[in-house]
Amino acid sequence: MTLTATQPMSLPKRRSGRGWAAAVLPPLLVLAGFLGLWYLMSYELLAPDRRFLVPPPHRVVSVGFLDWENLQALLVGLVVTMRVAGVGLLAAIVIGLAVAIAMSQAAWVERSLYPYAVTLQTIPILALVPLFGFWFGFGFFSRVVVCTMISLFPIIANTLFGLKSIDPALRELFALQKVGRWKRLRKLDLPFALTAVLAGFRISAGLSVIGAIVGDFFFRQGTTGIGILMSLYISRLQSELLYASIILSSLLGIVAFWLFSGLSFVVGKRFDRSQA
Amino acid sequence: MTMTASQLVFDDAGSVDFHDLGKVFANGTQALRNVDLSVGSGEFVSIVGPSGCGKSTLLRIASGLDTPTTGHATVGDGAIGFVFQEATLLHWRTVARNVELLMELQGVPKRERAERREEALQLVGLDGFQKHLPKQLSGGMKMRVSIARALTLNPDIFLFDEPFGALDELTRERLNVEVTNVFAARPFTGMFITHNIFEAVFLSTRVVVMSGRPGTVVGEVQVPLPFPRPLDLRFDRAFTRLVSEVSGLLREGSS
Ligand SMILES: Nc1ncnc2c1ncn2[C@@H]1O[C@H](COP(=O)(O)OP(=O)(O)O)[C@@H](O)[C@H]1O
Ligand SMILES: [Mg+2]
Repeated sequence: MTLTATQPMSLPKRRSGRGWAAAVLPPLLVLAGFLGLWYLMSYELLAPDRRFLVPPPHRVVSVGFLDWENLQALLVGLVVTMRVAGVGLLAAIVIGLAVAIAMSQAAWVERSLYPYAVTLQTIPILALVPLFGFWFGFGFFSRVVVCTMISLFPIIANTLFGLKSIDPALRELFALQKVGRWKRLRKLDLPFALTAVLAGFRISAGLSVIGAIVGDFFFRQGTTGIGILMSLYISRLQSELLYASIILSSLLGIVAFWLFSGLSFVVGKRFDRSQA
Repeated sequence: MTMTASQLVFDDAGSVDFHDLGKVFANGTQALRNVDLSVGSGEFVSIVGPSGCGKSTLLRIASGLDTPTTGHATVGDGAIGFVFQEATLLHWRTVARNVELLMELQGVPKRERAERREEALQLVGLDGFQKHLPKQLSGGMKMRVSIARALTLNPDIFLFDEPFGALDELTRERLNVEVTNVFAARPFTGMFITHNIFEAVFLSTRVVVMSGRPGTVVGEVQVPLPFPRPLDLRFDRAFTRLVSEVSGLLREGSS
């Protein structure tokens, strides 16, 4: 009994003590190496007249982040993109959960829909983007559609996987009580699948940012999101700003991913079966 | 405490009756053939037989999880408790919430749930573990939770499908005593599947022996020993005689 009482208290401590350094140091080293290569590229490999292709990191920082006017344009674009990503992800979550739950309830629904869910993954959405422009206009809505299409599949696939991996004996336990499917969904299926569902959200959160930028980038019309800025900077050869915008949008994706990782971590303690 | 006559009075809610029962699965496997078996209210019947002879199938039919392909099963309309081979706990629920699960599904009001939960936890000796999660429990304790959960339904019929097969010998013995205690404290009709002949004799009022697949009843042994049954009953002459009788039937049945 003493064992079970002390273990949960001492274990996390030791882990977090070593864990912080282990989590932060390696990526920092990689970053340092990366910046080194970047400088090497800028100053040694490129002739001065071609340096604009890979401007050195400090130039990117001073032009993109320390110049208030430039930074403001970037941040405004980022907020526009963030809104598209947020709404697109929310739509993907609602649709993805609904589709996966429907698939798990009836084999015929799964058989009829799954091939199309897979198609979402394989279809060149980039080629469809201009079509969405024709159909829905170049505004907020079409961007959200692109974003949702890009981030939908992982939610469907992970949720469905979670729902299908429920222990058959547990299903029988519920069947013996003659529980209706909605009640079972609430008390068994969804809690059981929660870890997998959250893993899907996490992947899709990153994808939703990419989706929002892709929509933006290709439409080049309507409200200026960060994707439109990118294509603008490309056409004007403003490479410092282009790099700055790429860095900012990656950060947005990372933050979205982390938010959902945090959620998984908090919920995971109790719901993750691999820790059971 | 010995079983008094009054505790053996039951209505039909607790009887299980298989008549010329057969089961052929969709893939052509014949699991059961001509099974005739009556379990009366208040009996505790263990079923032993080689693995794959259809014991689980028989229990699933009794519980309504499966249906026979020939013959019929008549089961009393009382509540049924089913204890599976694994503890089948919901890993995100505490012990208390796991024990309440079936009552929750049945719509039992919260107040009454708490009462019956505490009573059941007491009965299996798990008082004090209410707030633990399943992963913090040993295999034997998980199985106790599983039994407590089934007890909350006040079952007239209690079906056990090899619940202690995965436990070590000491834990198994302790749980055997628990089961006989529960049976004495709150009588029910029991059907208990096991590979372990000692366990079968120790728990039961009757042991039924099945043949290899397709399974059918090849014989039975009455166990006229009083409850409660102390652990060292195992070294009793009468007990060992019954064990060897079951063992003999088992060998005949599978040869
Ligand atoms: N759903 C099923 N479909 C086909 N065969 C099955 C099914 N369930 C069990 N069986 C087969 O029926 C036989 C009896 O199974 P079971 O009742 O589980 O045996 P026991 O519990 O005695 O070991 C076994 O050969 C098993 O493989
Ligand atoms: Mg079995």
